Amino acid sequence: MASEAVAERRSAGHRLADLFHGRERLQVGALLAGPVGWLVIGYLGSLALLLVAAFWSVDPLSGATIKEFTLENFESLVNEPVYRDIVWRTVRTALLVTLTDAVIAFPIAFYMAKLASRRGKALLVIGILLPLWSSYLVKVYAWRTLLSANGAINWALDPIGLHGPGYGMTAVWLVMSYLWLPYMILPIYAGLERIPNSLISASEDLGASPFTTFRRVILPLSFPAVVAGSIFTFSLTLGDYITPRLVSNDQFIGNVIFSNVANNQPFAAALAIVPIVVTIAYLLVARRLGAFEHV
Amino acid sequence: MRRRDGNPARTAWLVVAGLVVFMLALAGCGGGSDDTTGGGSSSEALQKLGKGEGEVSLISWAGYVEPDWSKPFEQKTGCKVNNKEAGTSDEMVELMKTGQYDGVSASGNATARLVAAGLVAPVNTDLVPNYATVFSDLKDQPYNTFEDVNYGIPHGRGANLLMWNGNDVKPAPNSWNVTLDPKVASKFKGKISQYDDPMSIAEAAVYLKTHEPDLGIENPYELNEEQFDAAVGLLEEQKPLVGEYWSEAAKQISAYAGGDVQVGTTWQYQYFALKEEGVPVQASPASQGFLPKEGATGWSDTWMIAKDAKHPNCMYEWMNWIIEPKVNAEVAEWFGEAPAQELACKETANKNFCAEYHAEEPDFWNRVYYWETPLADCGNGEESCMDYNDWVKAWTTIKG
Amino acid sequence: MRLSRRSEWLLRTAVAVGLAFIYVPLVVIVIYAFNSSKILEWPPPGFTTHWFSQAFKDEAAREAFVTSIKAGIAASTIALVLGTLASIAVARHRFFGRETISFLVILPIALPGIVTGVAISNTFTQVLDVPLSLFTVIVGHATFCIVIVYNNAVARLRRLSGSFEEASADLGAHTWQTFRYVTFPGMRSALIAGGLLAFALSFDEIIVTNFTIGAGEQTLPIWIYSNLFRPHELPIVNAVAVLVILISIVPVYLAHRLGAEEGGATGGRGAGGGVETEAIAVP
Repeated sequence: MASEAVAERRSAGHRLADLFHGRERLQVGALLAGPVGWLVIGYLGSLALLLVAAFWSVDPLSGATIKEFTLENFESLVNEPVYRDIVWRTVRTALLVTLTDAVIAFPIAFYMAKLASRRGKALLVIGILLPLWSSYLVKVYAWRTLLSANGAINWALDPIGLHGPGYGMTAVWLVMSYLWLPYMILPIYAGLERIPNSLISASEDLGASPFTTFRRVILPLSFPAVVAGSIFTFSLTLGDYITPRLVSNDQFIGNVIFSNVANNQPFAAALAIVPIVVTIAYLLVARRLGAFEHV
Repeated sequence: MRRRDGNPARTAWLVVAGLVVFMLALAGCGGGSDDTTGGGSSSEALQKLGKGEGEVSLISWAGYVEPDWSKPFEQKTGCKVNNKEAGTSDEMVELMKTGQYDGVSASGNATARLVAAGLVAPVNTDLVPNYATVFSDLKDQPYNTFEDVNYGIPHGRGANLLMWNGNDVKPAPNSWNVTLDPKVASKFKGKISQYDDPMSIAEAAVYLKTHEPDLGIENPYELNEEQFDAAVGLLEEQKPLVGEYWSEAAKQISAYAGGDVQVGTTWQYQYFALKEEGVPVQASPASQGFLPKEGATGWSDTWMIAKDAKHPNCMYEWMNWIIEPKVNAEVAEWFGEAPAQELACKETANKNFCAEYHAEEPDFWNRVYYWETPLADCGNGEESCMDYNDWVKAWTTIKG
Repeated sequence: MRLSRRSEWLLRTAVAVGLAFIYVPLVVIVIYAFNSSKILEWPPPGFTTHWFSQAFKDEAAREAFVTSIKAGIAASTIALVLGTLASIAVARHRFFGRETISFLVILPIALPGIVTGVAISNTFTQVLDVPLSLFTVIVGHATFCIVIVYNNAVARLRRLSGSFEEASADLGAHTWQTFRYVTFPGMRSALIAGGLLAFALSFDEIIVTNFTIGAGEQTLPIWIYSNLFRPHELPIVNAVAVLVILISIVPVYLAHRLGAEEGGATGGRGAGGGVETEAIAVP
């Protein structure tokens, strides 16, 4: 019955499907043409066009690019210590934020995955996702007012003789740890969920204390998920320039790129290569540590 | 399953290598067209005013395009106003480069760059009737006229103010030493507010002009290496004392209101906004000419029209509107700056406004050093001055 | 898992502290939205609902909201299409360079937003001579939203056994029919969750948008950014933010329910929210 009906209605769709049938290469090609074209030609191509300017220089008055090969931008980057300081400051903060978020996120994710009831799980997931919907800018500005000299933090701490951190690198670390926390909680939660409870029971049956089970079973199995989450906390911190501007006077790589993009795009391009290289290196390390794999 | 994947890492490296080769080839050959139209001398001013296009897109300083006068403009001309506020001249130049805007209220540290980059067209002042009665010391100035060609319509001018919180800063300072002399400024460590822009180097140069005359600084925007290094050094000493570098007006307002800063450079816009909120701020009084004793940097802003603007007729209407006597009076009083339009002085709500703001006193403005684009050309035949790129790089180093 | 009373208590405390950390600033935003003074001071001198009515009346805010919705829908649709295509290729086929796709897809979101924004903006205005507009914004957003859909889809496809599709083919269905009647229904909730999260990302994005948007338009984050620095409008911004959070409860809840249903159907592991969490996880 089915074959007769199919044989009679050989529509265009059918014929096209026949064309693809058995031809794996063609199928893959058709599937990937869109996404890969978009990402490689469109996105990577745009990046390449931007970064090529790193080898050019600029006329100081008109801002016109002088398209002659030169390494002067890289010489500036390497020779002047301020850029090294800024890069190191940014990377250091990114690592610190990642560490902080991993430490805060893990207990929450663990609770959600292994101890919460079905309803508790649902509530917690919604509760973690909801802040992602409140505007990034509004959140940072809220922190700015919290941290200000007459803000809520000092208002709460002054009576007991303490003082808030005010604006500065501590504030940047605090705010960024706050902003990216959900991005760390959710992958760790997903990773912990994938650990079958039977493994944990087996470990306990074999006589391990909860701490040992945690250290030797849960932690290694969930580590790739932690690394997966860290990709977001690291890269989002590395590239941000709005938060440092709003809660500190310190410059991140993004700030220097931003202030040069207007009048010296070649130099901005040279600067941009730094976080790109750092991010790609981090992604490669993350891949090696299993963040890109699934159970 | 058989793995026919090949080595994935190798694929990635091949793609990257391919792109790098592509990039280097582009770099070496200098391929593609230049991103600017170059020169700028070939552009022509509009010859005849036509019908409005229905909208106009502007880039402006905070407080320059307010509904109080933009809404009546929309009603009168049918040109809907799209306004983008920018905090620094660099931002304005960047926005103009996108080619999306019809005009910009440019300060002197942007005008020369915009003209050289070919981003703006000359202005045919015959099409702007209200231009005839603009103050004569604002016409044909080096910041709005290039090679004897007029490139814009003056908006108004003002000095950068020294503002302080009257409760925290006593006695009232009369000199910039309160923010620039480390010995005096250290009293306000962490409470100083400084403008986040390379133009701050000129503020230091103005200070040094009075306090270190041996350096021989004449024009704070034309600095040779020795003068430049001195100014930069002063700002590097200031850095540990700075509470906040501001570029958005409201950011500075909230900082003063929140008690995070107590003294620093500001514009009239913030001063009046804070007074309205009841924050006890003060600025140099009229008896001192509104300026600390060394004088101050300032700005004389010009409305410029984009080359190939999409709505040139509406833009000309806007330029004429903004120096309409009643409007310019409103504009000047709202912001707190000296109007560009002579006839505006009769229309201000405060009858003494123009006198208070020295709008009709060219001598006053000798103590105000309008923002300018630093060029290697020192103006006296020498080419040893620091150019804008040097200023930008130095500013990044100062902030650290 | 059995934990001692003390450990469990410690864990609960850690969770409570963590949640407090997450929500205190949001509570502050809500308080400021009712603040009766125009500048943000603490403690607030009084309370009013004035800003909420102002927010509803503010034409620019309403337009920006609608623009953001339009951009979000368009961007997440493109991301859905491209992400699904890529995920099917990766999860169901083997080919040269397969592992690189996951790497490639995550680049737009991992690299600094300013780099992505300037690169795309330059390409449009200088190379292609296309003016900046909502279209260019959508292109930018779609680029970094692909990974969200892709992650979700690949995760789901790896859990769905390929044998269903083989059975379908054995029964005589051709490629489209198999996709339409077998693969897609299995993936549907993952795609919806991915699409919703992609929408959320696009809705809140500021940096890339700043560089790719035209002069006359504003998305909501652009509107917020421009009003954050206008002292008289700041409380309206807080009111708008609160409204957005309230409105967003609906899609978040929906995404969760969909995930819960499918999670049960495909084997129970990861039920109760596994789907949308994997949107953030890397495949």
